[in-house]
Formats: sequence, structure tokens, C-alpha cells
Amino acid sequence: MNGLKDAGHLFRFAGLFVVAFLVFLLVRGYVVPKTFGQYGHYRGAAIGEIAQHPVKFAGHQTCEGCHSDIADTKTKGAHAHVNCEACHGALFERLPAPAQPKGNLYERFVALIVPPAPPDAPLLLHADDPATVTPVKPDTLVLCARCHTASAAKPKGFPQVDPAVHMGGVPCETCHNPHSPAMGSDAAASPATGGAK
Amino acid sequence: MNISRRHLLILLPAAAVAWKYVEAGTPEASPNYQMSEHWWGMLINIPKCIGCGNCVRACATENDVPDGNFRTWVERYHVTDTNLTTPEVISPDGGKEGFPVAQEDAGKYFFVPKMCNHCADSPCTQVCPVGATFISPDGVVLIDQTYCLGCGYCVQACPYGCRYLHPTKHVADKCTLCYHRITKGLTTACCEACPTGARQLADLKNPNDPIHEFLKTHPVQVLKPQMATGAKAYYYGLDGSVR
Repeated sequence: MNGLKDAGHLFRFAGLFVVAFLVFLLVRGYVVPKTFGQYGHYRGAAIGEIAQHPVKFAGHQTCEGCHSDIADTKTKGAHAHVNCEACHGALFERLPAPAQPKGNLYERFVALIVPPAPPDAPLLLHADDPATVTPVKPDTLVLCARCHTASAAKPKGFPQVDPAVHMGGVPCETCHNPHSPAMGSDAAASPATGGAK
Repeated sequence: MNISRRHLLILLPAAAVAWKYVEAGTPEASPNYQMSEHWWGMLINIPKCIGCGNCVRACATENDVPDGNFRTWVERYHVTDTNLTTPEVISPDGGKEGFPVAQEDAGKYFFVPKMCNHCADSPCTQVCPVGATFISPDGVVLIDQTYCLGCGYCVQACPYGCRYLHPTKHVADKCTLCYHRITKGLTTACCEACPTGARQLADLKNPNDPIHEFLKTHPVQVLKPQMATGAKAYYYGLDGSVR
């Protein structure tokens, strides 16, 4: 063992390495998120977090659940494949954001350096509370013109009119039922009534 | 079970650490959604697009996209008879409020909706230095905004210009293919709002998805195929002048 007589400094040095490695593992275990590497070189839990974002466009299936009369009218007409929210938009209201808990000392310290993003305001959808969140009837002069104003850029087979010549300021729904726009069809020229059945 | 004061003192910190993870919880996607059963893409049918801007507005509403930035936008191309290399391209405010009326002339016009191509081999995810952006097991390129540093490498790397730095969050932002919707069985906001069916969400792993029949029977193209990005936004009727 004479050869190792003067090797004490090497063992101490090796010990230092071991300690440093253990400290590295400890710190790494704390700062690397638990799900990092679950599916790849990223935080696996992020997928679930993104999937939890609130939905605003309820989807035409949701609308048709209550407004089956409109859905029936639509299936007969040229707008059969135009979804409800293409014209009516997403019907929702933002509720006031709840007060955020202040967090512990460490979290408050971090918040001082990196101000956290303001929390998303909770949403209330028309589909969840139709009495509170009430739709605004779209102005057909604006709404219909978005798609049907004549332009050489649009596909040739798409129905297009020059608004100034075609109706001269008369709202479109005077002659056309937006839910089934062809004139002369049984639904045409009747007011576009809504309301849940 | 007898717990001495000594044992309690040892157990308490361990319990505190454990409770932290209980509180944090593990966010779950929709309970009936299996990532391994899907591979998402998009079909864009150019001859059907009328340039109404519904998709751009719907996307901005659904995803709180800040003004002046776009997760999806529409470009209008004007190609004169013989000149394919320098088309006139306009996209006023991303096509959000539609396009000015075009007059008949010798050229041809068409609209090209653009969005993240959710590339299978995307350059944007490869350059991220921290692992904040990735392609999910179901084929959607996403950003972990709690992890993103906002360095902007991915914004530069995207050959399609589909990413931007969020002006208030100071992190990268992009189309998520409405991941919060498609995992719940809904279609994307842009597809929901498109009045002509020019955009269709496609599940390439679902054998019953009409995309398979369409891809079999129609000539389709992806943008910049020479980049070998594995783009999954399939364009039908794409003109050679589109870049």
C-alpha cells in the first residue's frame, strides 16, 4: 500500500467530485420539471395544459342541440354547410378574473423579478347560460357583403352581387332568409327567427 | 401506529414536498382522448376560398391573438398571364376584414389561407435551445409558454413565417391547431368559421377520415416541399406562383 501513501489528496479530490455530482443531481432533480422527457425533449405536462384552454366557438353541433328549427331550415338551403358561428360568431362573455392568491414568500419573490402573466378571464358561453349571454343579431348589410360582394378575385361559381346595384341599402333579409337564402324557397322572405325550441 | 415526535419531525418535510405535487396536479387532456390514435393535419382547398377573412377573425377570437399578429392569415395572389415568378400578393391586416374588390383583367386571382403546417420534421422545434417547442405525439407543433425564453430562434427558423413573439407575454406564439378543441372532438375555430369548407381538419391516423379519399383522388401539394419539413397542411389547387 506504499504506493497509495501519498495519494490522500487524490481521494479527497475524487470525494469532491462525488459530492459535486450529488449536488448536481439534487439541484437537477429539483429544477427539471417532473414530466420533462416524458414524450421527448420537452415538458410532457404542457400538452395537457394547452388542451385545457377554454373553448369559445361552441361548434354547430352545440347550437343545433337547441336550435333544431333553424338547423332544419338550413339543411334545405344553400347555406346548409355554413356553420352557425361563421355568421353569428362565438357567443361568450368574459367574467371578471378571480383574485389571485398571493403565494408563499418564494413565489412572491419570483413574482417581483418576473411578473406573472395576468390570469385568463373566465368565460361564460351562450351555450352554458343562454339567458345571460344573449346574441346580437348580425347586420345583414355588413355580414352578407363580406362573402357575397362581387370581386374578380373570388371563384367564378360563387354567388356574388354588387351591393350598390343589387339592393341599394335594403337589408338582405328583406328578401332572403339568411338560413336558406334562395328566393322562392318555402323558407325565403320569412324573418330569420331564432330562439331555442 | 405510533409515531414518535422524532418520526413526525422526519415525516413532516417529506409530506410537505409530497403535498406540493398533489396541489400542482397533473393536467389531463380530455379523458377520452388518446394521443396515440391521432395524427393531425389540415386540408386547404384553394378554389373554395373566397377571402372573407372569417378564419382569421375566428382564430383571433378563439386564441386571443394580439392585433397585428396572426396564427393564420389569408393572402390574395394576382398572377398575370405569363409571369409566375413575381405575383402581386396582398394581405391587408392578414385578410382579417376581407380584401378590396378586384377588377377583371388579364390576370388570375386566388386566395391562399396560410397557417402553421404542423410539420413532422419541423425546423422550428429543432432550433429551440430549451425544449419549449415540440411536436406532440399526435402531430401538433406546440409551444410550452411557461418554458419559452422568447429568444426568437424558432420565429426565424420557420420557413413559412408562422410564428411571432407575443407582444405582452414576450414568448413565441403560433397556431396550436386549436389543440384545446380537437382534443375535445371539436374542429378548429378556423374550420368552424369557414363558410365554404375551404379548410378541413384532417386526422391522418383515422381511416374513416375523408382526407384519405381526397388525397387519393386529388392532386395536392404542400408549401415549400423542397424544405423537407414534412408539412401536414395539404393544399389542393395550389398555383406554382405561391411561395
